[in-house]
This record gives sequence, structure tokens and C-alpha cells, in this order.
Amino acid sequence: MRVERSLRVVLAEDSVLLRDGLVGLLGRCGHEVVAAVGDAEALVAAVGEHDPDVVVTDVRMPPGFQDEGLHAAVRLREERPTLPVLVLSQYVQRRYAAELLDSGDGTGVGYLLKDRVGQVEEFVEALGEVADGGTVVDPEVVRQLLRRRRDPLERLTPREREVLALIAEGRSNGAIARELVVSEAAVGKHVSGILTKLDLPPADATHRRVLAVLAYLRA
Amino acid sequence: MHPRDVWQALSRPGYLLSAWPWRSACYLLTGAVTGAVVLVGIVLSVVVGGVLALALVGLPLLLGAALAGLPVAALERSRLRLVDAEPSSDPHRSPGEPGLRAWLSTRLRERATWRELGHALLFAGLLWPVDALAFAVFLLGPLSVVATPLLLAVLGEAKVLKVWLVTTWPAAVGWAVLGLVLLVLGAYLMGVVAGARAGLARLLVASPEADLGARVVELARSRVRLVDAFEAERRRIERDLHDGAQQRLVALTMTLGLARLDAPPGPLADQLATAHQEAGAALAELRELIHGIHPKVLADYGLEAAVADAADRSAVPVDVDLELPGRLPTAVEAAAYFVVCEALANVGRHSGASRVEVSGGHRDGRLLLRIRDDGCGGARAGQGSGLTGLADRVSVLDGRLSLTSPPGGPTLLRVEIPCDPAS
Repeated sequence: MRVERSLRVVLAEDSVLLRDGLVGLLGRCGHEVVAAVGDAEALVAAVGEHDPDVVVTDVRMPPGFQDEGLHAAVRLREERPTLPVLVLSQYVQRRYAAELLDSGDGTGVGYLLKDRVGQVEEFVEALGEVADGGTVVDPEVVRQLLRRRRDPLERLTPREREVLALIAEGRSNGAIARELVVSEAAVGKHVSGILTKLDLPPADATHRRVLAVLAYLRA
Repeated sequence: MHPRDVWQALSRPGYLLSAWPWRSACYLLTGAVTGAVVLVGIVLSVVVGGVLALALVGLPLLLGAALAGLPVAALERSRLRLVDAEPSSDPHRSPGEPGLRAWLSTRLRERATWRELGHALLFAGLLWPVDALAFAVFLLGPLSVVATPLLLAVLGEAKVLKVWLVTTWPAAVGWAVLGLVLLVLGAYLMGVVAGARAGLARLLVASPEADLGARVVELARSRVRLVDAFEAERRRIERDLHDGAQQRLVALTMTLGLARLDAPPGPLADQLATAHQEAGAALAELRELIHGIHPKVLADYGLEAAVADAADRSAVPVDVDLELPGRLPTAVEAAAYFVVCEALANVGRHSGASRVEVSGGHRDGRLLLRIRDDGCGGARAGQGSGLTGLADRVSVLDGRLSLTSPPGGPTLLRVEIPCDPAS
């Protein structure tokens, strides 16, 4: 598989089976796993030591098997807000995604279901997206949220909600246009409609996109 | 099952061959002896104390007489075990502080003390002669009749019950047979008298409320223990599935995904694709299963987040308005969460509602939850809705679950569980 650039990855996963699998998978796709660790503390140490391009971490890890991985990721991003982090979770939970997206400035984060690593190409694409500062939320979380029609999303048209869902999944305007078979200009119009309806003041465009996703997640 | 007391034993076959007639006899005999001793003790201390009271030294003796009910009652409670397996508890409170003075003032103010004094007087004056009489008439009398042939052989003549003179063998054997019949009859009557005596004693010297209260507390505790064990087991299963099967399945889908990339187009690639899909589906099912057993978000973030998550998954749109001061005890969170899930599932399945509202909070030391839908109503908790089991779980926590659902709706489910926020 071809990749645009080789990423230096720090990987945290307590299951040896999965850790080895992921190291192999990322290696196959041209990325370099500079450190593969089994708990949250080692993750923080490894990031300090290797300064990676992107961090991939599990949520549930030793010693407590609660949400140590997630909290380590949030802590890492408090120290370095631009550090791209992709969190793999065995569960789809809005709460975990929201906590992660609230960290740093909300860019360069991903929250994916662990199942997605089976979809090798999609997974590696999402990793690249996160490393480039994008925001990727698992389609499953997005789908769950779509079922809820509550303020402030109630004001959005179905098409706008669709567009917002795709933004949350980390797609660019071009990709959204292709997916919905409309022109890129039409997508742009929808996006500005969404931003207005969500009361997001005009500012840096990518940042507002993240805020929109956050509004979506918190709704 | 063994009989609990002499009354149960009396109503069963095999009473005569069991130990119960002998236990009854023993109860009556010890009663007669103790009663006589108590009588002597009370009379002596009152007389001596009364005489010496003129010189004030007798007052402690009189006080001792007033408290005579205490040791007698204690003895009676232990004697009760002869004919009643049910434990009888001490009705006295333990004094607030150490020392004779505190003990005395506690005891003298307790109603049980005076009830026990009454019992001691009754025992000394009336009951022990009854015990003695019953023992003599129902056991000693028949035994002496049975012994007629023996007396005839030893003494050459026998006087049955000191009235009828017997000198011939046939008559002696006849009296012995009659004695056996009387012995059987006596065994039953002795059981009845002992049972009645024990009942009276229990009424006077044991505290029935305390017995019942202690048993209820123990029952409630064991129920809580069961629920806790059940909850721990749920968590263990969840952890095992999560750390075992789920990880392996993820690794499997990953391997299959890589294999698909490597495989040249053809039947092999197609089969790999099918296998990959199947593994993915299995993973999705397993994930739902694990979530149903014990959701992670409940453990990590508590009830508010878990309810929001359940609302996300509901087929019917849910408005959540739940504000809690913090984390609640684990058992309360779990019970409340599963009630919400069950209610939402029921709404989705049966109600035809278009909107559900989950609201509540923590007020006046209790968690309140209201789940209201605008569906067709007519829901009942009994009909396999799963709510019955949840109502039990809520009641273990001293909580209440109520459902109002008139035909035509709306349906309102309320849960109240007393609890304090965990600090």
C-alpha cells in the first residue's frame, strides 16, 4: 500500500496480540512504530522520549483497566496541544469522544472503534488524517448522534446534518462533495449554513469545523 | 426438615420415637426444680430484706429481689431451647456506659425488667407446681403402673398408684399394658403442656419484635449480598469477554484485512472478504453483548453519561434532563441505569411513542428518575416486561419503582432510591 509520508508512531496497547498485530500492520503501510508500550505511564514516557508524529492508544489499559489510555491522551494533549492522537476504543461512546475532542484545540484527534483496524485501508487513511491535523470520529458514534434530533441540531436541514456528519468523520469538502454527488461549492454553502446556525462566529475555517463537530457531539 | 419446636413435632408421625417427649419431660422437670429454687430465693430475700430494711442494710437485698426477674428470665430463655429451636433474644438494651450505676438505671427503666419480675413471681408461685404435677402425672404415674410386674416379682405384691392391690400375674401384666397406653398418652400430654409453658415463657421473657427485626435485617443483608455478587459476576464476565474474546477477534479481523490486501483477485480474495465481513459482524455483536452486560461508560463516568449513552442508542428520540451532584454508589447507579435501559427498550418495542423524556436528579437524600413517553399506554410491570426483576433490584436498595400507564397513555415510570452521593 502506498502512503504519502512515513509517520513515526508511538503505540500503546496492553494486549500483546493486538500490539504486535498493529506494529506489523503499520509497518506494512510504511509507518514506523518507534515505541510500542503496554500501559498509560509508559505511553507518556515514550512520547517524551521519541516525540512522534502521531500517537495511537487504546482506552482501557493497566493498571486500573478503566479509561487510563484516554486520560493519558488528554494529558499529553494538554502539554502539547498539537500532538496528533488517535484513540482506539472497544466501545462507541460520545462521552469519550467529547472528552478527547475537548483536549488541545480539537484538531489532530481521532476516536475510532477498534474494529476499524480490520478495515486496514480506512484505518491507515484515518491515521494520516489525524496526523495532518484532521478530526476523525467513528462513523458509529456519528450514526448514534444522528438519531438524536435535539437543539441546536434541530435547526439544521437533513442535508446539513448529513454534511456535518461527514465533517465529523473527518472528510474534506472535496470528499464530502464526491460522497453526496454535489459540487464543492454546494458543500461550502452547507458548511457556512451549519456554522451560522450553530452560532459559530467567523474565524479560522478549520477551527470552526472542529467546533461544529464538538457542538454535534455535545448535543 | 427437623421440627422447629415441640408443637411441630407433635403433629408429625414418629413423635413417640423422637427425642421430643424426653425433651418435654426434661423441660418440665428442670422447670419444677428451678421454680422451687426461685420461690425459696425470693421469699428469703424479701423476708430478710424486709426485716433488715428497718436498719437500711436490707434495701440492697430488696433491690436484688426486684431484679430477680433478670437471671430467672435468662435461665428461662436458655431452657426454652429444650422445646423450641427458635432462638429467643434478650429484650434488654445494653447500658450506654460501663459501671454498675448505668447498668442499674438502664435496667430499672426498662419495661422488660418488670415484665420479667412478673414472670419470676408467676413462675415461683404458680408455674413450677404445674410443671411438677405434669411431670408426675404424665411420666412418673404411667411408669409406676408399667412397673407393676416388677414390683410383684420383688415384693410379692404391688399397690398400683398406691390404691389398687395386685397379687396375681395376669392382673399385673394387664396393669403393665394399661401403663404403656397411659405412657403414650402422657408423652403427648407432656408435649402439649411443655409447648404451652414454653409459649407463655417466650411471651414473657423474650422479645418477639427483636427476633423478627433481626431476621428481617439478616434477610435484607443476604439479599444485598446476592445482588452484589451478581453485579461482581457481571463485571467479571464483561472483563473476561473484553480482554479475551474481543481482543482476539480484533486481531483476527486485522489479519484478515491484511490478507485481503495481499490476495490476488479471484475466489480466494472473495472468500477472504466474506470471512472478513463475518468476523466484523461477530465483533459488532460481541460489542453489543458486552455493552449490555455492563457498560463501560457507567463505570467510568457514572449515571448521567450512561443514561445519555442509552438515550443515544434508543430507537425513539429521547430528551435527557438529568442532573446529579456527582457519582452515586455503584449499586444505585447500576440499578438506575438498567431501569432506564429496560424502560427505553419497552418504549421502543411496545408503546408506539414518538418522544421519551428521562428526567430526574438527587433530592432530599434520594435519587429520583422519571421516564415518560407519549405512547399508547397500557403497560404493566408484571407481563414479562423485565421491569419486575428491576423492581426487585431497586427494592433491595430500599428504593421504589412505580408505573402508571393508563390505556391511551402517557406512560410514566418513576424510580426512587435513597442514597448519598459518593464523595
